[in-house]
Amino acid sequence: MAEQQNNKGSWPRYRDDAPVNSPAVTLEAFVEQPDAVAVRIEPGADVRELIPHLGRIKLVEIGFPVFGDGRNYSAARILREEGYQGEIRAEGDVLLDQIAFMRRCGVDSFAPAEPIAAEAAERALGFWPEVYQPAADARTPIWAKRHG
Amino acid sequence: MATMYKYDDYDQTMVDARVAEFRDQTARRLAGDLTEDQFKPLRLMNGLYLQLHAYMLRVAVPYGTLSGAQMHMLATIARKYDKGYGHFTTRQNIQYNWIQLKDAPDILADLATVEMHAIQTSGNCIRNISSDQFAGVAADEVVDPRPYAELLRQWSSFHPEFSYLPRKFKIAVIASDEDRAAMRLHDIGIQMVEKDGALGAKFFAGGGMGRTPMIGPCVREFVPVDELISFSEAVLRVYNRYGRRDNKYKARIKILVHEMGIDAFRAEVDAEYEKMQPLDLEPPRAELKRIEAFFAPPAYEAAEDGYDLSDPDFAIWAETNLFPHKVPGYAAATISLKPVGGIPGDASADQMDLIADLAARYSMDEVRVTHAQNLVLPNVKQADLYALWQELDGAGLAPANLDRASDIIACPGLDYCSLANARSIPIAQRLAERLAPVERRLGDLQIKISGCINACGHHHAGHIGILGVDKKGVESYQLLLGGSAAEDVSLAKITGPGFDEHGIVDAVETVTNLYESERQDGERFLDTYRRLGMAPFKEALYG
Repeated sequence: MAEQQNNKGSWPRYRDDAPVNSPAVTLEAFVEQPDAVAVRIEPGADVRELIPHLGRIKLVEIGFPVFGDGRNYSAARILREEGYQGEIRAEGDVLLDQIAFMRRCGVDSFAPAEPIAAEAAERALGFWPEVYQPAADARTPIWAKRHG
Repeated sequence: MATMYKYDDYDQTMVDARVAEFRDQTARRLAGDLTEDQFKPLRLMNGLYLQLHAYMLRVAVPYGTLSGAQMHMLATIARKYDKGYGHFTTRQNIQYNWIQLKDAPDILADLATVEMHAIQTSGNCIRNISSDQFAGVAADEVVDPRPYAELLRQWSSFHPEFSYLPRKFKIAVIASDEDRAAMRLHDIGIQMVEKDGALGAKFFAGGGMGRTPMIGPCVREFVPVDELISFSEAVLRVYNRYGRRDNKYKARIKILVHEMGIDAFRAEVDAEYEKMQPLDLEPPRAELKRIEAFFAPPAYEAAEDGYDLSDPDFAIWAETNLFPHKVPGYAAATISLKPVGGIPGDASADQMDLIADLAARYSMDEVRVTHAQNLVLPNVKQADLYALWQELDGAGLAPANLDRASDIIACPGLDYCSLANARSIPIAQRLAERLAPVERRLGDLQIKISGCINACGHHHAGHIGILGVDKKGVESYQLLLGGSAAEDVSLAKITGPGFDEHGIVDAVETVTNLYESERQDGERFLDTYRRLGMAPFKEALYG
């Protein structure tokens, strides 16, 4: 795991490739700009509108204006189900105790409004040795291990 | 010994991990590293509410099934961390009303030693799965619904996508045409059915009570048994993406289904379900078989039906509180937690210990919690019924009032709850005192009382419902008639202007008096109301 810096501090990132520094444009703008590679998805936007464009996307920033709005957990997982392999960055009111679920939904970098230290993130992710259901990560659900 | 699901190392690991995580979160809250706002969703997902006087902890009782050892632990927790009692709820769980935050992680650790937890008993996530209290016992079930409830329990536990839903999400699973679990009043209601020899599920969605009561329409007539999880996942995803988040009072799935219309909602679910087919979300048949094996019928003894009814008090209890068992010579006995003058659903630690002992001696170590806030010993030999009744009676646990006027569902109300507008418990107590003397005559009558419009006391589904409201600083009680949570599900209607706390008791009596004078051929109160309509009741109340 690497950390990266911005003017808000540092955040955990779980990818080996170089961070994308292009600004994430709105979904509307992205569809109009054939050379854009980074797009921002607000809660409530239909992430499936990106499906025809997945090939050129390097970064999808998904917004969490308030931590209780869970729509973009579905957005992240849908992107992975559609085969998207670029970066999915959770931005905004992203709390330490949410990142394990976000990771499972396919988020692989975080830009929280309040910085999360790498050690704290590591610890939060380490609480869960097993999972009960398949999601967008590679973890094997318990039922598969039982009948492996 | 009890016929119930038993944890393997994986299940135990998950519950232990949750205890460790919550211990860490609580420590950070007590140290001031988490604000109350940030801590709130975390404690809620562990069943911890901040109430009027203290924290309330809600412990999950998956599909209402408890072993004797688990019941003993519930008693121990009541003694050690509460004031010596617990409160069984309308979702088959148990609540403790006097918990201190610093103790909560230790309580969860104690629960984990008997394969119990408080996971997802509150918060905007998938809650404890409820079911028929007579699962495995009822002759009319097509299959025992508990294995499917357990499969759903595991799938929904720590679900990464569905832990920050627009609002809470409740699922009930039954397997009979007779609905003893208020299935149509759940966010998802599942009825296991057989079609052309194959087992599957009829899926309902968008039912619920609360401010805007709705009866859930059918989303799909038949979902094959090995697609239960994928289909549930599709319903939840549609809800998570499109459920309203602008107004918490319009955020339940029932509003989404209502506003979209069932046809448009079904089309969205079907489209999502199609996309999920290739994702391998479904546990293999072998996993269902593994779970089903835990619920194989226990070793019943060969016995004949029949028992001695010469003690008239026992005879009344037996006539009222027993449910026929599918195995000859056995019965399922309901232990009423509704003594006249008591708090509906409350049990003391001593009573819980006694019930656990009785379960071990007389009911193959099993207890069930019902959504009407009573307990059931599901597997009692008829030859043991009289001895069982004597012991229950000695402990104040033998009110003979199942589905009678004093078997009232009531929420905690203003005595405990920070949301309530009015008291519920004292109204239930006064009503029980008034009607208990005539309740045998009144027959099947379900009275349900809520202390605010959130409807935790199921007043919309009462044959007679009572809703407490705040009217310019004074408690006022609206009267509703004609609801049902059973297979003949219906929503009760308000009679007219409300009553004060004395007037509401008189008003209910006015209604039951009219019923007695108009009743035909032994019909239930509900049937008389349905036949006559609201007008004569209104006339009697306000005319």
